[in-house]
Amino acid sequence: MSLSKPFFWILVAVVAVFASVPGLTNNVALRESLLLSAVSIILASNLNLMIGFTGYVNFGNIVFFGLGGYFGVWLVVVAGVNLYIAALTGGLMVSFIAFLFGTGILRLRGAFFALATIGIAEAVKAFVSNFEPWGGATGLYLPLSTLIEFGGGGKTRIAMNNTMWTVYYLMIGIMAASLFLSYWIKRSKFGLGLFAIREDEEAAAVLGVNTPRTKAIIYSVSGFLPALAGAFYFFKSGLIKPEEAFDLHRSIEAIVMVMLGGQGSITGPAVGALLYDQLRGYLLTDPVLSSFQLVIAGALLLACVLFVPGGLMGWIYGRWPALRGILE
Amino acid sequence: MFGILASMLDGVLVGAVYGLAAIGLTLIWGVMDVINLTHGAMITLGMFALYLIFVKTGIMPYAALVPVAVIGFGFGLAVYWTSVHRVITRPPLMSLLSTFAVNMVLIGLGTALWSTDLYNVNYSVPGVTVQGFTFTGNHILAALAAALIAAGLFVFLQHTREGKAIRAVASNRRAAELMGVPSTLVLSHAFALGIAIAAVSGALIATLFPFDVLKGSVYELKSFVVCVLGGLGNPAGALMGGVLLGLIEGGVTPFIQVSWVPVIEFVLFVLILIAFPNGLFARGTRR
Amino acid sequence: MSTLLEVTGLSKSFGGLRAVNNVSFHVNRGEILGLIGPNGAGKSTLFNLVNGVLPPTEGRVLFDGHDITGAPPYKVVRLGLARTFQIVRPLNDMSVRENCVVGACFGRENLSLAAARKVADEVMETVELESQKDILACHLTIAFKKRLEVARALCAHPKLLLLDEVLAGLNPSEVARMITIFRTIRESGIAILMIEHLMQAIMSLSDRVVVLNFGEKLAEGPPLEVTNDPVVIEAYLGDPDIAHKLEED
Repeated sequence: MSLSKPFFWILVAVVAVFASVPGLTNNVALRESLLLSAVSIILASNLNLMIGFTGYVNFGNIVFFGLGGYFGVWLVVVAGVNLYIAALTGGLMVSFIAFLFGTGILRLRGAFFALATIGIAEAVKAFVSNFEPWGGATGLYLPLSTLIEFGGGGKTRIAMNNTMWTVYYLMIGIMAASLFLSYWIKRSKFGLGLFAIREDEEAAAVLGVNTPRTKAIIYSVSGFLPALAGAFYFFKSGLIKPEEAFDLHRSIEAIVMVMLGGQGSITGPAVGALLYDQLRGYLLTDPVLSSFQLVIAGALLLACVLFVPGGLMGWIYGRWPALRGILE
Repeated sequence: MFGILASMLDGVLVGAVYGLAAIGLTLIWGVMDVINLTHGAMITLGMFALYLIFVKTGIMPYAALVPVAVIGFGFGLAVYWTSVHRVITRPPLMSLLSTFAVNMVLIGLGTALWSTDLYNVNYSVPGVTVQGFTFTGNHILAALAAALIAAGLFVFLQHTREGKAIRAVASNRRAAELMGVPSTLVLSHAFALGIAIAAVSGALIATLFPFDVLKGSVYELKSFVVCVLGGLGNPAGALMGGVLLGLIEGGVTPFIQVSWVPVIEFVLFVLILIAFPNGLFARGTRR
Repeated sequence: MSTLLEVTGLSKSFGGLRAVNNVSFHVNRGEILGLIGPNGAGKSTLFNLVNGVLPPTEGRVLFDGHDITGAPPYKVVRLGLARTFQIVRPLNDMSVRENCVVGACFGRENLSLAAARKVADEVMETVELESQKDILACHLTIAFKKRLEVARALCAHPKLLLLDEVLAGLNPSEVARMITIFRTIRESGIAILMIEHLMQAIMSLSDRVVVLNFGEKLAEGPPLEVTNDPVVIEAYLGDPDIAHKLEED
């Protein structure tokens, strides 16, 4: 990435804020809320590679996160593998599986693909709930000793504290990588092929874009970082269960974030994720509104689709085109 | 041996209701190329509409299907004009997302109103017992009602003026407009009709099993499976697909744990979608 | 002159309908071959079979020494066979230049982005599109959209260009400009296979003409000869003797 690009420095600044503020103020509550925001940004950014760049809605995007978590935790608990290797293996496994699945389901166009992703999400969730090696419906638990050991051993409190901070920094790293990935793909020849597919798949093929392979690759790539994030996230939680790992609700929220911030843009999904997280935090603490969280999210999504299909950033770039050059 | 056969037969009865639900979905897809993701919410709507009418007035649930259909039609019109009409000419992604958003709003409101507790329509019709296996009256009547409604729909689509207008718009909206068919109005009616059918099938399901606000989405997914089996956009195929799904469910339940049923269903769903994008009963080629 | 494209016994059925039936023809290097025929004769289907949008039911397509029968379009372009669509299909939300860059990037030479931009700029100059280069493709007029179709295909640096009714819907001055562009293209050594209803263009441009009717090849030869062939005239206008017969009665 060119150092003269403003986007690079904005990215550095954002990551620096995420990485330093909770540490400097030693504010654990802030750290936890930023961690969730980082997860949201990771999910939304990678989902945007499908929705915004390629024009395919993946309703089952959470499957990547959940499967990555399962592979990671399972490797740590059962095989006793080091967390980093476990997470990396999980990420690669998920990407590999996504590539295989993608080659099949990406033969389907538009709405049919979306249906298939719903089917896959449900199938995986139902399968894992029955899959005894992964604990079936009860899930997998990490022994406390593993978490302590990861934090360097010694006193439980200090070691656990270390573990939590390490995972937090890892998550910030994955978040930065997600944004960087979007930026890089958008500027690459590969990305140009994706945009061509988004606009008109048949025309893209006639222009020479290898559409089946391109689609399978982006589907696979969009799974890698969420899977990595899933492994670290569920390691930190100390347990993983099917209904949390494959919470379709979270898939849906990621779609809302992408549409809210602006599909197809790089900054958009991240901004959408931050905004939506703030909104959700506000709604959940309000006694009356908390039961209407879904209603408000749905209304927001509907408003975006009907009136501002380009999302917040699309609207901003429409008004001030010069900003596109700075923020993208 | 008879047990399995009876279980499959019972599955067919329930499957007819799945088929009816899927007809609602497939009708909308066939006419306007919109995958209606409010389907689940509308099934839930039908369940609760029937429940409330039954509890408040005490009339027979099967008679209550008529007001349920009317309510469904009204909701359908409202959803069409607020959130489908604007996106119908835009990329398919947009109608997918807009109907999905409406689904979120409705399910959210439903959860706020009725929480996620289980409800039950306390009405049972004596059934038929053959060799110790009972086919409940509810199952038989629901299948009968589903079949009658489906037959009625076919007659409507084939032989009435309005039905012909719907088919004309489905096959070529532009040409239908040139022939003087008010296509927008027809689209809104077809959408509302699809929703009304979804609501009625939800009501029928409510006479079979206990339900909660989130159950609609379970049957929505079943409808997708059925549509994929029967071919999206093909109502007759949807009914056959429903019966087939019921047959499979009835056929496998004696052998495996219930929790594996969804695994089989969804794997089947994805596999068939990939292998036969036009459905198992597709006639001719359709791009 | 050596053969660039050789089509042998190509057929395509849709259900019971035989849209293309046992058609054989060839295109030489550097020549312009016109493909004419009444509406519904199967011309566009033939294009789709040649460049792999549709798989043929029977027959062979050889291009530049490669058997491309049933190969997907993206492989066919890589070998140097590019095409335009009869109903324009611009990549709407991308600029004219980006449209061209896509064509260059994924074309025969598989260029890098930077190299593709250079090619795109050159081609836009050739087809007189550079004034529109930063406009989103969806905002172009129909005449410019047609030109964009040609530009995108040219960006692939093809050996053979399939043009599907590029002149339809253009006004006379636009047609004249387009014909000049086609001449330039041919002079650069690119062969052209064109479907066209505009006889003026076919007559002035083509070296040879193939006539298609009801999915079958009706005639083949130099333009003047073919257009005076009674069988061809009948296909277009009905029985040529019918006027005589009517007078006699």
